[in-house]
Amino acid sequence: MLKSVFIILLYQLIGELFQKFFGLSIPGPVIGLVLLLLTLLLIQKRQRVVPIKKDLFNSAEILLNYLPLLFIPVGVGVVMHLSLLEDNLASVVFVIILGTLSTLALTGYIMEKILRKKTLDD
Amino acid sequence: MIDQDKLYSIWVYLQAEPLFWLTLTIGSYLIADMAYKKSNLFPLLNPVAMSVLIVSLILILFNIKYERYFDGAKFIHFLLGPATVALAIPIYKNWNLIISNSKAILISLILGSTFAILITYTLSLYLELPKELIMSLLPRNVTAPIAMGISEIIGGIPSLTAIITILTGVVGASLGVFVFDVMKLKNMDARGFSLGLTSHGIGTARAMSRNKNAGVYAAVGMGLSGLLTSILVPLFLKII
Repeated sequence: MLKSVFIILLYQLIGELFQKFFGLSIPGPVIGLVLLLLTLLLIQKRQRVVPIKKDLFNSAEILLNYLPLLFIPVGVGVVMHLSLLEDNLASVVFVIILGTLSTLALTGYIMEKILRKKTLDD
Repeated sequence: MIDQDKLYSIWVYLQAEPLFWLTLTIGSYLIADMAYKKSNLFPLLNPVAMSVLIVSLILILFNIKYERYFDGAKFIHFLLGPATVALAIPIYKNWNLIISNSKAILISLILGSTFAILITYTLSLYLELPKELIMSLLPRNVTAPIAMGISEIIGGIPSLTAIITILTGVVGASLGVFVFDVMKLKNMDARGFSLGLTSHGIGTARAMSRNKNAGVYAAVGMGLSGLLTSILVPLFLKII
């Protein structure tokens, strides 16, 4: 457990450093995510790392199980911006609903078209 | 008889104590999550939205400053970064699937993610929304931890982004099936992927509860769109 916690924190730290150092406009933890993914893909076939990987998968699963809980503290911060939200509530809801439904339809349509073509080709 | 003064002094002690706000945050989430599961995962009873509502109401009713609340809640908040890094694991686990269907996944991913940003930006501009609100809206279709990170970098308000992201998830999860049915879109992989890309974790949970394949594709869509969007949004803002 402790090893995997260390690994996750280390990758986040490296990601944050990367971001600061190169002045990237990608969040540090996302860079950490990419680096961890690349590492896992590179060491995919090594037998020696199997126990640590298992440990890492367990810790990640626990963490991701509680993912929704983790954004409540920031979410509550909405109390400080209620007037901005109130003034534009109808527009914001409109953007969200129309944006979401159109993206859902388009993405689903594109993917189905390509998958259908693939089945026909095969 | 309960002594009023004593009760008041207990409250004075509690509200100054970070431990109280931490306990309240976890407690309200547990209650909200229980109600959500009892309701058979009814999307409108989203546990995060409900918890935010409960805690916010308490803060407003008792006139508590957000900073005081955050003093306790920051211990949970700290885990957001590590949880974001941990999102590498579900992507890694599905890597073979991604490779085996890379053409369909990549094209849908790139077009879908780009369209999500464009439609949000165009509609917001058309409705003349204030700039910080537009920036808070732009990353709305990806998982909240990543969306909040993007929002912070591009000058949005992360807490608004959190609420907007949840709302996006709820809309997608509750109306997605309806949209697909109207379109006569039957392919479960495509349905799942689209739900994950558009409505992140909430959409993915919905897809998983309906169909195993759709669930896996939703997880892939959610992970990859989180990655791509954190590159695309800043890039898009640089271009325009």
